[in-house]
Amino acid sequence: MKILVAVKRVIDYNVQVRVKEDGTGVVTDNVKMSTNPPDDNAIEEAVKIKESGKAKEVVAVTIGEDKAQETVRKALAVGADKGIHVKVDGTIEPLAVSKILQKIVEKEKPDLVFMGKQAIDDDCNQTGQMLAALLNWPQATFASKIEVKDKSLEVTREVDEGLETIETNIPSIVTCDLRLNEPRYASLPNIMKAKKKPLEQINASDLGVDTKPRIEQIKVEEPPKRKAGIKVASVEELVQKLKNEAKVI
Amino acid sequence: MSALLIAEHNNKEVKPFTLNAITAASQIDQDLHVLVIGHSCEAVAKSISEIPNVKKVIHVDDAVYENYLPENFTPVVIKNSENYSHIICSANTFGKNLMPRISALLDISQVSDIIKVISTDTFLRPIYAGNAFATVKSTDTKKCITIRPTSFDPAPTTGGTAEIVKSEKAEASDLTKFIKREEVKSDRPELGTARVVISGGRGMGSGDNFKLITAIADKLNAAIGASRAAVDAGYITNDHQVGQTGKVVVPDLYIAVGISGAIQHLAGMKESKIIVAINKDGEAPIFSVADYGLEADLFEALPQFLEELNKLNTIQK
Repeated sequence: MKILVAVKRVIDYNVQVRVKEDGTGVVTDNVKMSTNPPDDNAIEEAVKIKESGKAKEVVAVTIGEDKAQETVRKALAVGADKGIHVKVDGTIEPLAVSKILQKIVEKEKPDLVFMGKQAIDDDCNQTGQMLAALLNWPQATFASKIEVKDKSLEVTREVDEGLETIETNIPSIVTCDLRLNEPRYASLPNIMKAKKKPLEQINASDLGVDTKPRIEQIKVEEPPKRKAGIKVASVEELVQKLKNEAKVI
Repeated sequence: MSALLIAEHNNKEVKPFTLNAITAASQIDQDLHVLVIGHSCEAVAKSISEIPNVKKVIHVDDAVYENYLPENFTPVVIKNSENYSHIICSANTFGKNLMPRISALLDISQVSDIIKVISTDTFLRPIYAGNAFATVKSTDTKKCITIRPTSFDPAPTTGGTAEIVKSEKAEASDLTKFIKREEVKSDRPELGTARVVISGGRGMGSGDNFKLITAIADKLNAAIGASRAAVDAGYITNDHQVGQTGKVVVPDLYIAVGISGAIQHLAGMKESKIIVAINKDGEAPIFSVADYGLEADLFEALPQFLEELNKLNTIQK
């Protein structure tokens, strides 16, 4: 079995994002970037399945500018066998990403495709579901547990009401929740070894996919700021304020 | 043209966030039709027909739709989508799971999680965990939109008399089988719609210690929330998680206990009207969004809090 894992380079989750003064986006110059957190869970799960003997190969793919290769190198350092970088400059929407991934799936013929459930930059939560639609594959979104069976997966999904379990035929798309596993760190020797692993580069334009954005970003602004609050000295004062000042209890 | 909203329900009742999505959808287009797909869900179709904002209900009923699998819902939506300018759903786990599948097959670039309708093609949506708001304009002819329910008021539920039209089922798929759903039943208000939410974080130290929070929640008729750290640590189940990838809540009062206030948690609660933070670390980022901060050991503060509440003659419910 072969698993394709899609990873995205985003502003690191610990960075306090700042909006550009001209309203065209957020500041990315000299800002720490890293792999979208649930994509790390997706790679980890694929590598674990490979280690259990149920998969033979894990391929990591990313789509973006040259620097996006860092995320593929990181995936290779924690156990992916091969990397693919699809080069695109500028903004690319989930619909175009899923069309590119569809081409990669046709080429690589994986049995499973994993990715994070949501990217923490645009917060769209679309790509996995869209890819499943384009391929007419089943989708198991927000996965917190995956069990690989002979011809199917049993997946526990985190939904608003609690947990839901479904069985999807293989081939299948899975989008991963942060609680799926604990991603490992890359050891220095493995980082060195990863540099020797194959990393194929493809230009998105060669795949025949139209990546032109369909959504115009008119402006990006700071959300309204909250008024500064106060510190209270005691629980008694807190309850009095909530009762008599804020009038919420 | 008209707008088509996909209702979320459990075959017996409409889920509350459908009402918020209906408000947003009727701001986009007043000629709002609602698609009710399910199994033996006549009662749902009927109750939606009584919502004044709804002009028509399309009801598709079959056993294959019992568990709202997106592989089966998508062909029904597509089959019914032709005469609509907008296809709309709420941005909770139901809509997040379903809408992109529809959107991709219609070759539409979806606009997710909108918090404001600016015009029929332009919307406001949070990005980067709500640290920025983007105004976006969809250039697709037909639009697929998901609504952040807590940003819109629920629509009134009585007084309407929309016609209910039955529609045929679409081709069913056997790609996915539903196995089970483990719903956490509770008599408390729902986290997403509660007037008061009290949440615990890693500082709670154990699942057992959440009883300190439960006691206060009982008193305030509050829903119980949690940070991701508390869920990851196994103190409480995932359906309580508030944050960027959990639930977004906008209660009148949000009490954060033993929560440091990571960006991802703030994304889920910082629009609350009044925020209280109780934390022993005076430097915790949660204090930067709190209206009232109490720097204290929660194991002392929570029992005192309950005691003070008990002293009050009346408490809003």
